[in-house]
Amino acid sequence: MSEQHPPKRPAGDEQGDTQPAKPHQPNLAAEETAAVVSVDTAGGAMGPSAVPASAQSGQLPGGPDTLLRKIFTGSGMVSVLAVFLALVIGGLLIASTDTRVASTASYFFARPTDFLTAVWNAATRSYIALFQGAVFNPRGNSVAAQFAPFMETLTIATPLITAGLGVALAFRAGLFNIGAQGQIIVAGILAAWVGFALHLPLGLHLLLVLVAGIVGGALWGGLVGVLKARTGAHEVILTIMFNYIALYFLRYLLNTPAFQRPGESNPISPILDPSAVYPQIFGSQYRLHLGFILAIGATVLVWWLLNRSTVGFEFRAVGANPKAAQTAGINVSRSTILVMAIAGGLAGMSGVAQVAGTEKVLTDGVAATYGFDAITVALLGRSTPWGTFAAGLLFGAFRAGAVQMQIQTGTPIDIVLVVQSLIVLFIAAPPLVRAVFGLNPRRKKPARAAKSTKAATTGGAA
Amino acid sequence: MKLELRGITKRFGTLLANDHIDVVVESGQIHCLLGENGAGKSTLMNVLYGLYEPSEGEILIDGKPVSFRGPGDAMAAGIGMVHQHFMLVPVFTVAENVALGAEPTKAAGFLNLDETRRRIREISDQYGFDVDPDALVEDLPVGVQQRVEIIKALVRNAKVLILDEPTAVLTPQETDELLDIMRQLKAGGTSIVFISHKLREVKEVSDTITVIRRGKVVGSAEPSASTTDLASMMVGRAVSLTLEKAPAKPQEKTFEVRDLTVIAHNGQHVVDGLSFDIARGEILAVAGVQGNGQTELTEAILGLQDRVSGSITLDGKELLGRSVKDVLKAGVGFVPEDRKVDGLVGTFSVAENLVLDLYDKPPYAKGISMSPARILENAKARIDEFDVRTPSAAAAAGTLSGGNQQKVVMARELSRPLRLFIASQPTRGVDVGSIEFLHRRIVAERDQGTPVMIISTELDEVMELADRIAVLYKGKLVGIVPAGTGRDVLGLMMAGIHPDEQAHPQPAASRPAPTSDAEGGDHV
Repeated sequence: MSEQHPPKRPAGDEQGDTQPAKPHQPNLAAEETAAVVSVDTAGGAMGPSAVPASAQSGQLPGGPDTLLRKIFTGSGMVSVLAVFLALVIGGLLIASTDTRVASTASYFFARPTDFLTAVWNAATRSYIALFQGAVFNPRGNSVAAQFAPFMETLTIATPLITAGLGVALAFRAGLFNIGAQGQIIVAGILAAWVGFALHLPLGLHLLLVLVAGIVGGALWGGLVGVLKARTGAHEVILTIMFNYIALYFLRYLLNTPAFQRPGESNPISPILDPSAVYPQIFGSQYRLHLGFILAIGATVLVWWLLNRSTVGFEFRAVGANPKAAQTAGINVSRSTILVMAIAGGLAGMSGVAQVAGTEKVLTDGVAATYGFDAITVALLGRSTPWGTFAAGLLFGAFRAGAVQMQIQTGTPIDIVLVVQSLIVLFIAAPPLVRAVFGLNPRRKKPARAAKSTKAATTGGAA
Repeated sequence: MKLELRGITKRFGTLLANDHIDVVVESGQIHCLLGENGAGKSTLMNVLYGLYEPSEGEILIDGKPVSFRGPGDAMAAGIGMVHQHFMLVPVFTVAENVALGAEPTKAAGFLNLDETRRRIREISDQYGFDVDPDALVEDLPVGVQQRVEIIKALVRNAKVLILDEPTAVLTPQETDELLDIMRQLKAGGTSIVFISHKLREVKEVSDTITVIRRGKVVGSAEPSASTTDLASMMVGRAVSLTLEKAPAKPQEKTFEVRDLTVIAHNGQHVVDGLSFDIARGEILAVAGVQGNGQTELTEAILGLQDRVSGSITLDGKELLGRSVKDVLKAGVGFVPEDRKVDGLVGTFSVAENLVLDLYDKPPYAKGISMSPARILENAKARIDEFDVRTPSAAAAAGTLSGGNQQKVVMARELSRPLRLFIASQPTRGVDVGSIEFLHRRIVAERDQGTPVMIISTELDEVMELADRIAVLYKGKLVGIVPAGTGRDVLGLMMAGIHPDEQAHPQPAASRPAPTSDAEGGDHV
């Protein structure tokens, strides 16, 4: 999907439409305008040159990957602005479905303030409900009930964080892992089976469930790595197909006696043994389970791996410049396999969190859409471990709060999905966000060229 | 047509690429923009050609301000540009390439190339270009492809021709031919903006020289000014252009290459039966025009090429078939030709880049745990030793200037004991001041008794550093000649002609090359 992003040009209006392909930037420009130019030349739309590739120095390897890398690892500011912008537009959408807004719109020209107030109220009411459903509910009967929404947020965030870490880690090594969904499913299958089919002592059982899940995810991810390293197959296609294989394999399994409850034919597994499920951290009143602590641990581990270990150094080098990594003696194939296995293992933790934490059974909805949301989470988190953690919490909050929002204000849950999608949209188009907030350097017009007020106002902020 | 750039300023974010630049190009003049890589010459020309909009300032043609929204506008105003890397479609004919973008059509939209062919022949005859409009561009030598680019501009009635580093891809002979063409174009009334950092060419052909440094015009000079003066203006301080080096004291030969052949993906023999050796304490410079197998030769030594046959031994041990890591471990220091692609990870810090191939060895790592403190310590020492100008060791390597990036790569490779040092294009895109420094370090490594192999397409560099010179042409060794061989002889060898076969052999090359067994090469 991401390979399809059009090669956005910042302030494309400055470029004449007559030029079919932007010429290679010479050394100087590539150095001085790395940020701007590499976006410009990405997309592989550059004209072929008659000079042999070996002679084309000073030009960074372009292609869609470069753009993708920018999107995934751009500035955190764009993330924050994208969320803000998405919330504003989401608010307008909420208002547009509000009955009071509709009725005031009919006499908009007579009393516009009524309309504007209605818009403001509709949006803020929904978002306040969202907040109450996600973080703190002041109307709760007890302190415990007041904090229940926050616990729910953390619970939902758990699988998002670990799967997001898997996507982020792979991305830092230059691989676009869309396979978290499949990795969660395979992990879920193995973890669940260990959980309900084996009957082991307390402690050991849960440990084995966890190991089974991580190994399952690691195998499913590692296999992609092996295929990519050995045959050169593209990981995006591989992971997408592996998602399907995992899902339909799960559906098949759930129709076999080994995975069905005795005497039933529904596609649902037996409940996991009590010894195989995560303990609830703050007691049975909240669904929050040990998986969240493990997610924090995984975040720390990924941070250490990336920033303090030779393995992470290799991953990052391969991700940022595979040719230089290879020239420095780093085994790119080995890194590819290893990073996909670790990414799969992290996604596998999400699978375990699902079957041993929240669901306690295996169904074909075990992964929900966590595997795909994980991509968004990694994207929003700029592929850094703690950024991904924070993004996971935010998305967890959206999910948790959406229910409350619908109950309190009648705003459909889908609006939250719209907001999430808008966030992705804005992150994928940093120039758009910068343009909206007037941060785009290329929007700066010289004073004499201030032909329109729009240019002047957007330029003024920069 | 008189072209004037007045107060051109171009900012990229906070970076000031051009700072109030004023340049006047008089009609029928060759105006040289002289400056180091990164000085802002190309940015200025991209502004002039309509690729960038200037942040401030204006462009005047015959005294009238104009503004270009794209190259189309610039072309219509009579400005043509020949880029450093050609903008040609290799599988198209010359005529098709020239017509591209402004295709003449017959009724019903059918392509009419006859008119284009006629114009190409006309221009070709007028300037002695010798270009066949129906030849496929991919079959043409680089020098002729460049002429196609010039024709493209002339067909569109360019009155001002911008040549961006046009000699970078040419042999010395082709360069001379290009300089002739430039003189002819000038005689025909075309103004030329000639961008270069090669002082010899600039002095030879220019009418006026404008020197640009760090985005500013620092002055103008007459072509009669001395090379040293021009270089000092370019760099901003006095530089010495000649390298003082003691004669080599070659010891035993520890690096041997025998019958090395590298086959590319398309089945072409890009390196073809190469044999040579390098002694300890000696610099062998490999000369040749870009793309004649130099890249593949170094990659084969390092273990980056797949289809390689023959033998490469270092200290008696075979290197062929070993992993890059093993080759590096055997004591090979390697500076790749393109530091941005192969030498550095641009987004990594300077400190990380300084251990890019040492990151997993003590003292930088214990097991898989790395020690940032040791890496930083190392970085500080290397930055001092190599005088790397960087805001800090934590700055991203990609933000440094070319010269400083190269110093980082060189510092890394020279920071461990070496048994062989290979540097490919060690000073490409490096400022004059740093060239001096890097050359001295290379000679110092030689004097420590390391065999050194330099691959360079810059003849000046080859002549300055080499103790012996090997010339490659189409993957084959044309010959190995001693240092001090004349530029003309080397130029011919770079075109594949062995000195012995010349009508008038130069005295310096009359001695046969030491490894004459490798000379059964391509005697064109």
